Amino acid sequence: MSTATVNDQDVRVAPVTAQDLSAVLASGQRPERPSALSASLTFGWRAVLKIKHVPEQLFDVTAFPVMMVLMYTYLFGGALAGSTSEYLQFLLPGILVMSVVMITMYTGVAVNTDIEKGVFDRIRSLPIWRPAAMVGYLLGDMLRYTVASAVILAVGLVLGYRPDGGVVGVLGGVALLLVFSFAFSWIWTMLGLMLRTEKSVMGVSMMVIFPLTFLSNIFVDPETMPDWLQAFVNNSPITHLASAVRELMAGEWPAAEVAWSLGWAGAFAVVFAPLTMRLYNRM
Amino acid sequence: MNKSDIDVAIETSGLVKVFGEKRAVDGVDLTVPAGTVYGVLGPNGAGKTTTVKMLATLLRPDGGEARVFGHEVSREPDAVRARVSLTGQYASVDEDLSGTENLVLLGRLLGYRKPAARDRAAQMLEAFGLSDAADRQVKTYSGGMRRRLDIAASILSTPDVLFLDEPTTGLDPRSRNQVWEIVRAIVAQGTTVLLTTQYLEEADRLASRIAVIDSGRVIAEGTPGELKASVGAGAVHLRLRDPEQRAEAERVLERVLGVPVQREADPVALSARVLTEVADGGVAEQAARALAELAGNGIRVDDFSLGQPSLDEAFLALTGTPADDGAGDGVPGRVSGSGTDEDAADRARHTMEQGAGV
Repeated sequence: MSTATVNDQDVRVAPVTAQDLSAVLASGQRPERPSALSASLTFGWRAVLKIKHVPEQLFDVTAFPVMMVLMYTYLFGGALAGSTSEYLQFLLPGILVMSVVMITMYTGVAVNTDIEKGVFDRIRSLPIWRPAAMVGYLLGDMLRYTVASAVILAVGLVLGYRPDGGVVGVLGGVALLLVFSFAFSWIWTMLGLMLRTEKSVMGVSMMVIFPLTFLSNIFVDPETMPDWLQAFVNNSPITHLASAVRELMAGEWPAAEVAWSLGWAGAFAVVFAPLTMRLYNRM
Repeated sequence: MNKSDIDVAIETSGLVKVFGEKRAVDGVDLTVPAGTVYGVLGPNGAGKTTTVKMLATLLRPDGGEARVFGHEVSREPDAVRARVSLTGQYASVDEDLSGTENLVLLGRLLGYRKPAARDRAAQMLEAFGLSDAADRQVKTYSGGMRRRLDIAASILSTPDVLFLDEPTTGLDPRSRNQVWEIVRAIVAQGTTVLLTTQYLEEADRLASRIAVIDSGRVIAEGTPGELKASVGAGAVHLRLRDPEQRAEAERVLERVLGVPVQREADPVALSARVLTEVADGGVAEQAARALAELAGNGIRVDDFSLGQPSLDEAFLALTGTPADDGAGDGVPGRVSGSGTDEDAADRARHTMEQGAGV
């Protein structure tokens, strides 16, 4: 029994023989199911492979942050701090936070476009730890956030940013930012599963992310704002995070701000991870 | 669990899925014997995909029960997932990754260690004739290649039950034949295959039992032979040499066979269903008399065949509507939509269901 026919152009690609098939099928014992960690890392690896094949998707973590740094430094620097280099010392950690937190938004879009495709059906029918696919996205995204952080810091250093915290302070700040972003991203995985189209995911994400990042202490000291706004800004998770990262990079140890940031991160994960999984399971 | 259950791979009773107001699956009862190919046949939007998705734990049933090897799909989803594998209607592989990467990824998720996953991927690509394309992104594959990779991914570790949701839709005839060969090889290894299709020929060729579903309900069930037999004893198809003689041939046949004769689209072709009751002395004998009469009237017949009705004819008789709802693409089916209002309404309904089901 053979399906290959002679005089066929892609005969080299085409033949499937019953004998070959029987042989591989016979050796297909199903192995033990993978651990939660192993499954999550495998999905993380999938995200990395996607970056390898579609490197354009790194645009948002390279060009976008550079643009942010240049724009805000030169736009506001003179007016707000008297000089751009002065302002940069204050602004750069904040821009780092803002850019990375904004980039997390793309996770929702990625989830949403993925579920449109059949591959999601296969993934969901596998006997693996259920959150692994979602955790995998976030692990892949951690890599993207790391790239974005490195790009922003490099641009900052070129422009004259000099962190007093040195390497340890900077790495500490970036680490805190990554932890926060991982936890915060569960909002996007939830929206990615909940909303029907990529456009609506984008739209809703913008509505969340713009007020949240701008209404913070990233650009200016909240002292100048009206009381009602200060009340919001001073309690925003982004303000706590920006303060913590700024001070860590400046060589201080802002214990309270770090605790607030981690607390908010925990709260986001505790609320939105279960909501995401609920949607994932009922899709 | 009683003894007869051992040989049953899938069993559903009163399975229901509702999307909004629409009952996409409306009380489906199926019993799929282990180790066989079971065909679920129906037009677009009949509820085939929704049924498969519930069996593969992707959708939660709104009513009824479904068991896969005794495990209830909504109560023990992990036990079901451990035994089944799914090839969805739309290629369930990642287009951005290469063939090898897709299979290694899946191998890792099934629990193979990295070297084993790599070996397994290479073996599979070889067996499916995809070695040369192994390192290319799947988006560069042809439809047939993609479908083969898809099936390879489904049987990376041999599942007890394989769901194939319209595995040949959109494939050219050669790729379709390859998929059929693959399905036969898989079932020969002991895997139970549940295959949905809108092609009657496909169900006829592959399945040992068929459930015909329409509007979310099973309207007929049995072996392909039983289904055909339930519709009529046989069918006569003939082609004349001269289209001018068709009207005369039609009259002769109607007289001899005593049944209405249909004109086919081909200007020289005629067909008639022979009913058992009127088949005086057997269908074959009656057909022979018809041929003799035609020859006696000077009508030249180029091609003559007598057989059981095709599944297309069976489907038409069972549902009252033609099976081919216009979505077909090149797979032969003798019955075609006549373009009546009922057809149009039917198509619209199918389209809507399709939308709701995805």
